[in-house]
Amino acid sequence: MKINNLVLQTVTKIIVFLIFLYSVDLFFAGHYTPGGGFVGGLMTSGAIVLLLLAYDLKTVRKIFPVNFIYVTALGLFISFSTGMIGIFADKPFLTHFFHKHVHLPIIGETSLHTAALFDLGVFLVVVGVTMTIIQTIGEDD
Amino acid sequence: MTNLILFPILIPLFTGIILIFFHKRIHLQRGISLLSIFSSLYVTFIMIHTIKEEGIQTVNLGNWEAPFGITIVSDMLSALLVLTTNIVALCCVFFSFRGLDKEREESYYYPIVQFLLVGVTGAFSTGDIFNLFVFFEVMLMSSYVLLVIGNSKIQLRETVKYIIVNVVASGLFVITVAYLYSVVGTLNMAHISERISELNQPGILTVIAVLFLIVFGLKGAIFPLFFWLPGSYYAAPIPILALFGALLTKVGVYSITRTYSLFFYEDTYAFTLLAILSLITIVLGVIGALAYNDLKKIIIYNIITAIGVILFAVSVFNETSLNGAIFYLLHDMIVKGALFLLIGIMIYLTGTSNLNSMSGLMKRYPFLAWIFFIAVISLAGIPPLSGFVGKLLIIQGGFLDKNYLGSFIVVMSSLLVLLSGIKIFVKGFWGDESPNLTEEKRKINIQLLPCILLITLSVLIGLGSEVMYSYISIAAETLLHPENYIHAVLKE
Repeated sequence: MKINNLVLQTVTKIIVFLIFLYSVDLFFAGHYTPGGGFVGGLMTSGAIVLLLLAYDLKTVRKIFPVNFIYVTALGLFISFSTGMIGIFADKPFLTHFFHKHVHLPIIGETSLHTAALFDLGVFLVVVGVTMTIIQTIGEDD
Repeated sequence: MTNLILFPILIPLFTGIILIFFHKRIHLQRGISLLSIFSSLYVTFIMIHTIKEEGIQTVNLGNWEAPFGITIVSDMLSALLVLTTNIVALCCVFFSFRGLDKEREESYYYPIVQFLLVGVTGAFSTGDIFNLFVFFEVMLMSSYVLLVIGNSKIQLRETVKYIIVNVVASGLFVITVAYLYSVVGTLNMAHISERISELNQPGILTVIAVLFLIVFGLKGAIFPLFFWLPGSYYAAPIPILALFGALLTKVGVYSITRTYSLFFYEDTYAFTLLAILSLITIVLGVIGALAYNDLKKIIIYNIITAIGVILFAVSVFNETSLNGAIFYLLHDMIVKGALFLLIGIMIYLTGTSNLNSMSGLMKRYPFLAWIFFIAVISLAGIPPLSGFVGKLLIIQGGFLDKNYLGSFIVVMSSLLVLLSGIKIFVKGFWGDESPNLTEEKRKINIQLLPCILLITLSVLIGLGSEVMYSYISIAAETLLHPENYIHAVLKE
């Protein structure tokens, strides 16, 4: 007998976006309040895992047609490059730079810091590693 | 340039990241791996030159002042170890072009080797105790993957053991760092050393010293914590085994040397304990090396002996013995690498690692035989070769310290190590040709190349020990005078 997942799948469609938005919020909140790349990344993978539960591996792979190992490597590369900015500026490795009071079109006055780029790397690594683990175990028979 | 000493860590890290993207294209992987190690070697040479001219080099990561940020410190000892690490890695990677099957090479082998190098060079050059833990983990995680890669049954079994032992050891490491932090309130190694010297050695510091000995002893395989090593190393394929045998345990030895010379130099109890344990390690290593008739097992037990010898020299802690310890450490990394690769070729030729079922390799492969012979007498410490000077200095240092029993054990161990090596030579190379040798002569030139490089280096270190000594004495100088290290880091 085929089980009808209509309720689960419909709820998932709405909830996934909420979870994803919350994880983005957590990611950007990291500098002043609790949060950051690690929790943000975990929660984003949490959203994808919910999709995996409601649908199956094939569907999710169609939604996110990426190899998550490359996502991990890309994250490492971004974090590494952020460290390299320091070297090119003739300061020690991992020296960060920032601009206070930058006016961005929609967001308004904000401060930009290269630590956020480093965090983006962490975010991608966490998503990549979590999803690789779950997909690999899921495919294993 | 301020960041020079970071490049031996950053180059393999960058290479490792890049190599993940095209793990199936083996030729590209091989080329980039070699290129990366060559550039690390080049940087390390410049680094050693700078350190000799200008003294200890430090970088404060992120431009935070010394005790508050992470400091990467490169003194002569670290730089020499990084150099040797890269030489051994170069040879092992080159050997794996022929010595490793295609399936393993495609499963992220080359990126993982680069990450292993990040861990090892990082552990050698960090100046922060918790950062040392992190680099240990980088190294260990890469070694877990390298050990299990290929999924044979024995590898799976031994990796489980290896991971359990190392997870326990890492847990203990964190606990030890927590204790130390609660006592001194800092993690920067130079700052810890300064604070400890102000504390007048309370009992808790001796406890922490012994805990560090247990933690690093588990990584570096000293008595009674070496039980995991013979089995786990036995499972790995030859190029990986050579990397492990030459590098991993030496990081534990380096960490003991660093913490004991920098933190606990006034603690006689801990040093006595280290002396006793290292002497028992020598004896047990030698017994193991003589007991087995298996190529891999014999060389694996020789690692344990060498660790005992180096740590005995550290526990004596005078100028002569420390010079000897560093000399012997560098020699041992090179010669162990060479020996593992050589027995790898022997196993490739005969199809077995059992010494009783091979003989007569000399007739067809005389060059291999004599290279192996030089490696064995270098291991035992025969005068013109590299093993001699180190052991001589260690024994001399032992006598200066009136530690006659220890020196005697080190001398006797040389004899028995020679016996275990010569046993391989006599049984494997002499006699009639055994039936399991294939009919036609197999080509082994490419595999021999890294062995020749390592043995040549070993001979050159022995012949040019005068030149080497001028560098090694600088390294021992820092170990003997921790105030130089503290001054270089904290800039007071």
